[in-house]
Amino acid sequence: MRANVASYDVVAPETLAEALTLLADEPGVWTPMAGGTDLMVLFEAGKLPTGRYLSIHGLPELRGITVDDDAVTIGALTTYSEIRDHAVINADLPMLAQAARETGALAIQNRGTLGGNIANASPAADSPPALVAYGAELTLVSAAGTRTVPYRGFHTGYKQMDLRPGELIHSIRVPRRPASEGWVHFYRKVGTRAYQAISKVCFAACARLSDGGVAEVRVGFGSVAPTVLIASALEAALTGARLDDAGLEAAVAAAARHEVAAIDDIRSTARYRTQVSENLAVAFLHALRAGG
Amino acid sequence: MAEVAVGKVAVTFTVNGVERTVETYPMARLLDVLREDLRLTGTKEGCGEGECGACSAFVDGRLVNTCLVPAIQARGAKIETIEGLASGAELHAVQQAFIDAGGAQCGICTPGMVLATVALLREHPEPTEAEVREGLAGNLCRCTGYMKIFDSVETAARAIRARQDAATAGEGGAS
Repeated sequence: MRANVASYDVVAPETLAEALTLLADEPGVWTPMAGGTDLMVLFEAGKLPTGRYLSIHGLPELRGITVDDDAVTIGALTTYSEIRDHAVINADLPMLAQAARETGALAIQNRGTLGGNIANASPAADSPPALVAYGAELTLVSAAGTRTVPYRGFHTGYKQMDLRPGELIHSIRVPRRPASEGWVHFYRKVGTRAYQAISKVCFAACARLSDGGVAEVRVGFGSVAPTVLIASALEAALTGARLDDAGLEAAVAAAARHEVAAIDDIRSTARYRTQVSENLAVAFLHALRAGG
Repeated sequence: MAEVAVGKVAVTFTVNGVERTVETYPMARLLDVLREDLRLTGTKEGCGEGECGACSAFVDGRLVNTCLVPAIQARGAKIETIEGLASGAELHAVQQAFIDAGGAQCGICTPGMVLATVALLREHPEPTEAEVREGLAGNLCRCTGYMKIFDSVETAARAIRARQDAATAGEGGAS
């Protein structure tokens, strides 16, 4: 049943400073709201807690993409469409463009934001595995100042994260991973259909190859654990490995099988998700061999 | 300090070129504001959760699901609904194409399909089949099986190109 619309206060400050002051003055009172593509679904279903919401959607300080030699910095309120259409992201961080393109469909991509996707903290979100695989950093801002934290480890449990009261996600800094420096990117979203589907399993991996071996690798999974999963065992199995090592396939499959903590739910089963996770890890290895 | 909303607030935006002000709750869905406050019932409600695209409209030039936009986020926005597409009695080429190619049956998805097609053809005037499928992926139809909708998109693309070619030829003749 739909919620009672009169039970929701929403304010929309015009500047970031104003928003941060409000959050600092009344701790715990205000829930930030970005593009609304998750919260409004809960609202319609009558599952959004009543109370006070801080619409940050229009804040110009949190929008836009900037590029320097080493990294791309994405404002938290940058939409999926802006990410999907950005030339440097497509060239050097193609998994972010692909994740944006496979989130919902056009009308969602025009409204949904990367920062909102992170703060909504769904384990099934499509961008977080790519952010794990790219070793992204978050800049968090509050009235007290800013701090920067690695994205890996930001989510501490189901819907839990290292975001203090009064803090907003300001921006996401992602190191550039150009193919010319040996980086291989591998992203797969497995859902019921190509668009408008929530993942059964999502897999993102990025490795730097050097002399027939894996010099550096990071891997993230979605929808197989209470948060986006940092695939430490899979990363360990691959780091320093020779791609022509005949035993690598079995090692990679075993690592993926053991580290996912998939469950049965409305979208899939633990058994299916575990098998697909294993298959995707092996497919990534094949992609590395093809690219190395 | 931001004003704390208590009860209804005034929200002013432009709809189909006309400035409108509504008194509504800040969390009211833009979809309901359009349909109930402004009686613009061409925008339809299907799923109410951003899956079906029946409630699509342009907000600041971007196609969005109006069921997912709280009214307060529409403050100052430029909104274009299906009612604003035709020029007087003359239908937009995409609307005409949906009639000509049989792209509409029950009609609930049609306004969203038409607007998604407009958005698609702005980006891709000669869309491939893959681009058509991606461009309309957020719009569900339970009647047509989609093939006549895809035909309508192609028909519209041809009509728009023919119109542009004619305009270009006309300019050329005048110079």
